[in-house]
Amino acid sequence: MKTDIKISARNINFYYGKNQVLFNNNLDIHANRITAVIGPSGCGKSTHLRIYNRIFELYRNQKATGELILDGKNILAPGIDLLQLRHRVGMIFQKPTPFPMSIADNVAYPLRLHYHLNRKEQAERVEQALRSASLWDEVKDKLHTSGMALSGGQQQRLCIARALAAEPEVLLMDEPTSAIDPVATLRIEELVQNLKKQYTIVIVTHNMQQAARISDRTAFFYKGRIVEEGETSRIFTNPTHKQTEDYITGRFG
Amino acid sequence: MFRKAANQLLNLVAFLSISLAIGGMGWILGTVLCNGSNVLSWDFITASSKPYGEPGAGVGNALLGTIIMTTGATLLAVPPALVGGIYLAEFGKHSKPADALRFCANAMMGVPSILVGLFVYALLVIPSGNFSGLAGTVALAIIMLPVIMRTTEDMLLMVPNAMRESALALGMSRMRTTLCIVARCARNGLATGVLLSLARVSGETAPLLFTALFADSWPVNFFTGPTASTPVLITEYTTNSPFESMHAMGWGAALLMTIFILTINITTRCIFHENRH
Repeated sequence: MKTDIKISARNINFYYGKNQVLFNNNLDIHANRITAVIGPSGCGKSTHLRIYNRIFELYRNQKATGELILDGKNILAPGIDLLQLRHRVGMIFQKPTPFPMSIADNVAYPLRLHYHLNRKEQAERVEQALRSASLWDEVKDKLHTSGMALSGGQQQRLCIARALAAEPEVLLMDEPTSAIDPVATLRIEELVQNLKKQYTIVIVTHNMQQAARISDRTAFFYKGRIVEEGETSRIFTNPTHKQTEDYITGRFG
Repeated sequence: MFRKAANQLLNLVAFLSISLAIGGMGWILGTVLCNGSNVLSWDFITASSKPYGEPGAGVGNALLGTIIMTTGATLLAVPPALVGGIYLAEFGKHSKPADALRFCANAMMGVPSILVGLFVYALLVIPSGNFSGLAGTVALAIIMLPVIMRTTEDMLLMVPNAMRESALALGMSRMRTTLCIVARCARNGLATGVLLSLARVSGETAPLLFTALFADSWPVNFFTGPTASTPVLITEYTTNSPFESMHAMGWGAALLMTIFILTINITTRCIFHENRH
């Protein structure tokens, strides 16, 4: 099967002020695959992910150098329309962040932002997004109650629905299940696997079993460098680097 | 043994402190209630104040004056204060202009209100040649401005960054993120800040002595003439008058003022403790 490269990170370096935290990262993200980014705490995996939609630019002292090629275009170059980039590259965060409004309005927010839909179309798209996030059956009778009243796992799926409503091409997930109980985690993992038919997914995770369960490709980060990357099955059965082996066998991390 | 004794001693001290605080407040409320309640009547609230000796005097004009001036001050102060607070929290952060603005706001909060009165007296009253309700309103607005600006900043900073990131990650602009999401998350806090500063300035007396002064008439000459207000009425009636009946009216006005401010404070608490959304 032919694999398309959706995103290609080339020589990425990243700085918090004068402190360099990513060193010469090179990584290809395959289209319609789940790429897991693993590594011990503080190794730079979230930082790496946060370059893909340039969300780090909210903070004054953070800076990235190198190239990040999305469909042939360097999105770190000046003159890139950030709003359009973030429309194409959605993101799910560690802690669920429902907006202080109703469930339906949460999901409709990106629709109002990016599309001009009439009420009927909007309601359909909201339902579609909630279905894709496998939340529809739980909330269909209370769409107009607050999104903040849902449980943690439901809130996270609401955030996934909200991100999906914008119809991104890439979905970045920054430890999406770390604040959620095991049952809800399992649901989100199933959901993520279904989503890869339509989306290219990059997921940062602390949980090696999770990476092994759901991802097609894995990149192992250590101290800001990408030690090893490749097919998940190979990384977990036959790692070429000692550090990778030590980490996945639980000797450190 | 010693531990037990120390514990009991501390409990006693805590109890005494609480009693002192509650007792003190009770005493003040009780005094105001005792002295003020016997003059209260519908006419007292609705009739205008009159020079001593004329029958049918009330404090209605002063109450109305206070309502107009505090409302006007809120309308004047809130827009720039919100803009300033949003700038400090979301855009300026610790840049030089933001630090300068924050420093000014802090300094302004520390300025005694009588100086604000004096400033507006020099700015508006002297050039125009007359005291006016408008000048009083401006003085109160100047007092409110830094307070609301700083509470706005503090309340916005309480919104977690994850909320900003989520909104931006959906492709929202910074401005839209701030106004539609962050401010919305903080809206109870923002309302609280406005109401508390309103409660505070509604009792301000010193700045009004230099600006609005007082008049035994309804505030028809709000823009051009002296305008009555409740705090000034209380000051004048209870300290500058030899007449027993005016003292009583001052206490009555003080009671109304207390009820007004208590109501605002309690409303604020309810808003703040109400579950979000």
